[in-house]
Amino acid sequence: MSNGLAIRLTDVHKSFGAKKVLDGVSLDIPAGQSTVIIGGSGTGKSVLIKCILGLLRAESGSIAVDGVEVTKLSAGEREAVNRRIGMLFQGSALFDSLRVWQNVAFALIQGRGVPRAQAKPIAIEKLRQVGLTPDVGELFPAELSGGMQKRVALARAIAADPDAIFFDEPTTGLDPIMSDVINELIRRSVGTIGATALSITHDMASVRKIADYVAMLHAGRIVWHGPIGEIDRSGNAYVEQFIHGRAEGPIQMDVRAH
Amino acid sequence: MPVLAPIGRAFLAFLEAAGRLVLFAAQGLSAIVRPPLYPAILLRQIIEIGYYSLPVVGLTALFTGMVLALQSYTGFARFNAEGQIANVVVLSMTRELGPVLAGLMVAGRIGAAMAAELGTMRVTEQIDALTTLSTNPFKYLIAPRLLAGIISLPPLVLIADVIGVMGGWLVATYKLDFNSAVYLHNTVDFVHYDDVVSGLVKAAVFGFLITLMGCYHGYHSQRGAQGVGSATTNAVVTASILILVFDYVLTAMFFAK
Repeated sequence: MSNGLAIRLTDVHKSFGAKKVLDGVSLDIPAGQSTVIIGGSGTGKSVLIKCILGLLRAESGSIAVDGVEVTKLSAGEREAVNRRIGMLFQGSALFDSLRVWQNVAFALIQGRGVPRAQAKPIAIEKLRQVGLTPDVGELFPAELSGGMQKRVALARAIAADPDAIFFDEPTTGLDPIMSDVINELIRRSVGTIGATALSITHDMASVRKIADYVAMLHAGRIVWHGPIGEIDRSGNAYVEQFIHGRAEGPIQMDVRAH
Repeated sequence: MPVLAPIGRAFLAFLEAAGRLVLFAAQGLSAIVRPPLYPAILLRQIIEIGYYSLPVVGLTALFTGMVLALQSYTGFARFNAEGQIANVVVLSMTRELGPVLAGLMVAGRIGAAMAAELGTMRVTEQIDALTTLSTNPFKYLIAPRLLAGIISLPPLVLIADVIGVMGGWLVATYKLDFNSAVYLHNTVDFVHYDDVVSGLVKAAVFGFLITLMGCYHGYHSQRGAQGVGSATTNAVVTASILILVFDYVLTAMFFAK
């Protein structure tokens, strides 16, 4: 069982052209706990997670994963860090050309050099953990429903028993029942592995189900963070408006098309 | 001066794009020579580029050789030089038309498909997923495609050369009543080792350019269906233009006196 990875963000900045997306984000993500970052669409939640994974380069600030500064790593060193992290993408991001079991076993076969014959039973076991039968392993992703694809993506994220798992909008596009199934699976998977979980979502039902800690991102900054138990009495106007889904409040939604 | 500013901006944008492309090519080539290699993906790409392009390239070469023989006959008959037809067909096919036409046909078929595939992978975050699964996208996606292009085009062009010459022979013997043995003898007599090899070197370069453009535009595809569509168009257009430009450059290098 993993002990999880602690992640520390200090004054992280990221812009796209003139648009500042992250404007000094600082946040501690404790090891072995489930932290959820909430915030409206376009507030930079996905950008933040991609900066931690090295998919985007932060312009300034520090990102430390298990005490290792990752913003200036070489490609090889970055691969070593990413080997300890699993990621579930918003659209599942399964490889169309590979069968389901090959998707699940990808990190084992390509990333760790495990022979295919050894990797397949592991993949089938991970599929079973997310409630899918072995025959699903022989299908291609295009043959699955959205909910099943999310389960496969979850199985792929946990396949290599990572020390941390990131979830990008895990329940977006799913019906409430399937959302709850996915939330339950996330909770159970993280609990079983003992990994650190970092999720981004704007689905409050999901937040209440999977979070130990919550941080709210607005205008490129963390405006509040604390344990899930305190979110209803945060006293923070941004959090209040967000969790109750009110149009009135300090968060002004830009309804104009750009 | 305000007139010069847009020209300067366009020039700087061109230099920036060229620099990005050169860096991408360098990264791709460096990924080819560094392990891990993915032989299964390489083989699949060789089959896709080389084997499945055979019908379209073969047909193009056949009709090009046939029309070449017919057109040369019309011209040479005015000077009683019909005997030169075999010479014109074999030299045109091996030096120019084989590699250029095969290159253009493969650019349309493979460049577009590659850009669409990688573009879709980009917009559906599959390329990001590769990175998170500790797999370098350049080694897994780009290097096998570039190498497959370099490997596949020369044999494809060699086959196109043979089919093109055969097309010329068909028209010369069955339509223009040439003696089959004399035509073939003239063909073998005229063609030199350099003519064929220069065409094959061109083919390897064109194979690299086609796959480079397909990979580059697909890898950097913008979001949405429109982004993938633009990537596909740009891959075919830029590959076609580069094939024609490099054809001149390579011809000037090989046959400069």
